[in-house]
Amino acid sequence: MDLVVLSGKGGTGKTTIAAALSELAQEVTRVDCDVDAANLHLYYDGKGIAREDFYGGKVAYVDKNKCTKCGHCERVCRFDAIENFKVNPLACEGCGACILVCSQDAIALKPEKDGDAYITQLDDGILSRADMEIGSDGSGMLITLLRRNARKYSNDETLTIIDGSPGIGCPVIASITGSDAALIVTEPTQSGLSDLRRVVKLARHFGIEPMVCINKYDINEDVSSQIEDFIGEEGLQLVGKIPFDDVVMKSIHELKPIVYYEESSAAKAISNMWGTIKRMIF
Amino acid sequence: MKIAISATGQTIDSMLDKRFGRCQYFIIQDTETGEVETVKNNGLTSEGGAGIAASQQLIDEGVDVIITDNLGPNAFEVIERSGIKAYKCDEIAIRYALEKYGNGELLEIQESGPAHHGGH
Amino acid sequence: MNIAVLSGKGGTGKTTISTNLALALNANYIDCDVEEPNGFLFLKPNIDNTKKVMVEYPVIDEDKCTDCGACVDVCQFNALASTGNGILLFEKLCHGCGACKIPCKYGALDYAEREVGRIQRGMGHGINCSRGILNVGEPMAVPVIRSILRNLEGRLNIIDCPPGTSCNVVTSLRYADGAVLVTEPTKFGLHDLERAVELVSMFGISFGVIINKDDGEENIVKSYCEDRQIEIIGTIPYSDSIAFAYSKGEMLYTTQDNRVIFDSLARGLGEVLEWT
Repeated sequence: MDLVVLSGKGGTGKTTIAAALSELAQEVTRVDCDVDAANLHLYYDGKGIAREDFYGGKVAYVDKNKCTKCGHCERVCRFDAIENFKVNPLACEGCGACILVCSQDAIALKPEKDGDAYITQLDDGILSRADMEIGSDGSGMLITLLRRNARKYSNDETLTIIDGSPGIGCPVIASITGSDAALIVTEPTQSGLSDLRRVVKLARHFGIEPMVCINKYDINEDVSSQIEDFIGEEGLQLVGKIPFDDVVMKSIHELKPIVYYEESSAAKAISNMWGTIKRMIF
Repeated sequence: MKIAISATGQTIDSMLDKRFGRCQYFIIQDTETGEVETVKNNGLTSEGGAGIAASQQLIDEGVDVIITDNLGPNAFEVIERSGIKAYKCDEIAIRYALEKYGNGELLEIQESGPAHHGGH
Repeated sequence: MNIAVLSGKGGTGKTTISTNLALALNANYIDCDVEEPNGFLFLKPNIDNTKKVMVEYPVIDEDKCTDCGACVDVCQFNALASTGNGILLFEKLCHGCGACKIPCKYGALDYAEREVGRIQRGMGHGINCSRGILNVGEPMAVPVIRSILRNLEGRLNIIDCPPGTSCNVVTSLRYADGAVLVTEPTKFGLHDLERAVELVSMFGISFGVIINKDDGEENIVKSYCEDRQIEIIGTIPYSDSIAFAYSKGEMLYTTQDNRVIFDSLARGLGEVLEWT
């Protein structure tokens, strides 16, 4: 059972909620799919038990000794990635069109290491995560790898909680496809609502009917009720309303999941929400 | 006739791999000669579109039948268009999967399973 | 001068800072967070120009195609398959690179265009605003970002970037002469700021940091910037009234207290990025 936590907009509290839910679930596999800004592991000590190189895309290299500076490669490249007979690896998409037009056989594609994937053993399951190289592409592929790695340590019954990335593009698509359920964490702001609409559409595009929770719902109750109206109109399930709570900031500073703060009103709401989610997905 | 099975290992005693596009090997049996050949799956090292790469490889190998757990939407489309027949089988040893196919116990895959988007 | 506003982590305040700085500097506002473009919710421009963003994909002339598979062999993205009963295209995997036409000996392959997003422009709060929007379900944002940034005009452009440190941000930074890194004083914020610093450093452009939701105290972000000799352009204090104005989609620059904050950030930006 794969549950992916999404938001559309960044900074709505995905990681806080994914960490909290995974503590409440106990026997659980965690996957940090926000590979651009992977923060879930900061909550945990754990013990590294596996590491592998991740090769995403390929990048073209020009052999200076063979190059006659004819310029065919520069003209054929649709990505403006070759200038002065040198490839800009940050712009190259590894399509190989330049190789096809080079009469000197001076260009080759080489695999580019785009990161490291790790498995960390925690008390109640494993965490699958990655350090992605700065500026690399292929985050969708890396996410697919992290989910595949997680499956090696789980069976069909294991609950897997996926901390997704913001947006609606390739990384998000890679974390939605094949998931059994999605929880969207939104916030009562116009941006939050606008992004919620887009990510709901995306989830449905890939055949998943998402659950929604409103984080910090009391920051602006007017916008919260607009969000609730939207949820109602769309026939979506509102599974939780989490109040703004200073303790959340404290928990981030202390790097301890919010559920360990008994006085926290947010923790109580998340715990209630977990009860609702469990009933819906199991 | 050539039969290809997604496999976790290189011999017919290894297990069927439930993944098609991302399986380790394909074990290919030629039913006329009885010969068995193992090839590495091209899809495993491909960026996106692993299922498409794996399907293309089996088309190029001249395969007539595929046995696997399920096919993603892209692989399904390629396989269906090519005229290759695909059959569904559980995670059992390749030897038994071939036997089951021979006995007509396997069902043809009529629709694609869930996608596992490879990403860009 | 093109100034990119970015942050590793999402939700740190990129859009708040980009829109209000654009107003303070009388600059053009460019929203490149094409997966979730939100700047227009605040600037509320009258959209008077919408342009489609198209990408090319191969179209096969079945009368000429011999199904030889040469196009399939060169496609690095597995977007084509040769089935023995014609070539199949998977358009979502296609990068529009143009490689597949090169080896076709039969003149059977050409390109058509399909829409992956839109670019909208208009005036809002007296400045030029533009944004890219990725169509829902399209995986690749880069063509939309590239399309909006390739033809930038004007004296000063503030580019509101996508979150993260991968291809979308890289594409945005290729067109930038300077950068503003937005962060918040938490361990998550610092972790992601470090990545953003590393990314911007690869481009060799000048940059500075704005700390949003600042507590006014010494904190981990300030000491990191001091250690690394990174300029802090300024800070925005944590305030309930700012959070509330944001939630309603209001520009901060329209109130006197907040105008002071952004005028000061605009001056700080000029000093750090040293434009003339």
